[in-house]
Amino acid sequence: MAPFDRTPGIRPRPSLGRRLDMAARASFPATCTALLMLLAAVPFGFAGQAALIPAVATISVYFWTLFRPASMPPVVVFPIGLLLDLLGYLPIGVGVICLLAVHGFALSWQRFLVRQSFAVIWVAFSAFAAASAALGWGLTSLMGFRLLPVRSAIFQGVVAIAVYPMLAVLFSRAHGSIAAPEQA
Amino acid sequence: MIRLSIPARQALAKLTLPMLVVAAFALLLLGKADALLAERARMALADAMAPIYSVLSAPIVRVRTVISDWDELLIARSENVRLRDENERLRRWQSVALALDAENQRLRANLHWIPDPAPAFVTARVVADAGGVYARAVLLALGPNHGIAKGQIALDERGLVGRVTEVGARTARVLLLTDLNSRIPVILETSRSRAILVGTNGPRPRLMYWAEGAVPAEGERVVTSAEAGAFPANLPVGTVHYNAANVPEVEPSARLDRLEVVRIFDYGLRGIGSPEGSGKSGVSPEGSVKPAASPEGGVKPVSSPEAAGKPATPPAAAGKPATPPAAAGKPATQPAAAGKPAKPAEARR
Repeated sequence: MAPFDRTPGIRPRPSLGRRLDMAARASFPATCTALLMLLAAVPFGFAGQAALIPAVATISVYFWTLFRPASMPPVVVFPIGLLLDLLGYLPIGVGVICLLAVHGFALSWQRFLVRQSFAVIWVAFSAFAAASAALGWGLTSLMGFRLLPVRSAIFQGVVAIAVYPMLAVLFSRAHGSIAAPEQA
Repeated sequence: MIRLSIPARQALAKLTLPMLVVAAFALLLLGKADALLAERARMALADAMAPIYSVLSAPIVRVRTVISDWDELLIARSENVRLRDENERLRRWQSVALALDAENQRLRANLHWIPDPAPAFVTARVVADAGGVYARAVLLALGPNHGIAKGQIALDERGLVGRVTEVGARTARVLLLTDLNSRIPVILETSRSRAILVGTNGPRPRLMYWAEGAVPAEGERVVTSAEAGAFPANLPVGTVHYNAANVPEVEPSARLDRLEVVRIFDYGLRGIGSPEGSGKSGVSPEGSVKPAASPEGGVKPVSSPEAAGKPATPPAAAGKPATPPAAAGKPATQPAAAGKPAKPAEARR
């Protein structure tokens, strides 16, 4: 969906430099998500670090779907999910389905959520993170034909909810500056 | 780029998400049907990331060392007292162990014991946690042209770590014995009862299916069993510990939460997963668990009893100067014993 044009009229085609700038800004959410996931996979050695990768992916997809849906289309969510599956050693496809579900539901609630305060968006994210962790748990259990420990899934959800404010602050800064194609 | 009309583009945009969801489910099924495909993609990514992880892990390790040094400094005095006590105790045990070792070698020499082949091993650095949310595994960085294969056994300086499950061009993934999918045939050392060590994703795997009447005792040592040909006998695994629910668990000897360097041993076992290895070793009579390990090991030439007379049987021990460190992984007597029993056999000829 193209952003609303505030000053309609005929303008000259933007220069190559400006178009490159716009493309770079538009691709910031996807690039940033992938880099953050790779960073989360670096062995820092603290306990429970494995839950950080799905947390970062879920937060990024949720945030950018709400605030820059044009920069986080489903075609971008799909490879992010694939990266999550590979980095997180999940059965291939589980991460993709979880993130696409988060994206789809966030998109349908986007108009309502985007106008709410930070706290409401965070509470809504808690529901998304919990549902995503539950879906991931269910699908992984189904793929392995066995019940996996629920505690891991709960932990994954809790980590995502806890990390959300930190990343949201960073993303909000980026949202108004580096990720804004209209500022190019 | 194809120019589409606005309604067509809108319709396409609405269809993208459902189509991708369908594609994701197809991917899920494809991954289930062809597990090798997912494994290869995963190891390719791990291969690409391993150099970055190795570079990044150096400063991280340094920072962690500084932190732990600081912590240790605070408790240095009490730690010193404890260590002095422990040293005293260990020195007594050492004399016992040396005496037993000597006796063991004498007895083996008298029995014309077929020595176990000394296993080849490589040492590798752990560069990343390769577990994810629902698994316990580590990623090892290896050079190109490493000889690591699936099913080889990983040990740290204290005990069993796990088995190699996936191998890439310059990385290997080791499934820890605490993983949910880990099943390890073990023997309770004092009762010689067999059991299965079942991973739970928790820090301590659970003991199951022990023989009736041979209840695992608290503090009893647990070692691997050669049954099924997946592991050699007598690798140290851990000690039995009953949890609050009175379920016997095993406290692993290996420091699985802080693995930095592991050794990968090639015992030449074909074990689970291939038809020629499994099935045969299970019928070995009670008590002869140990030799069952070596005849199954098809790589080393110690497979037939008549080969016992030849002094050439432990070629690995004679040819490679690197074998003595294996003593730490195997029970201490084996590499030393590997060379000796051949001599009386030779004299007999």
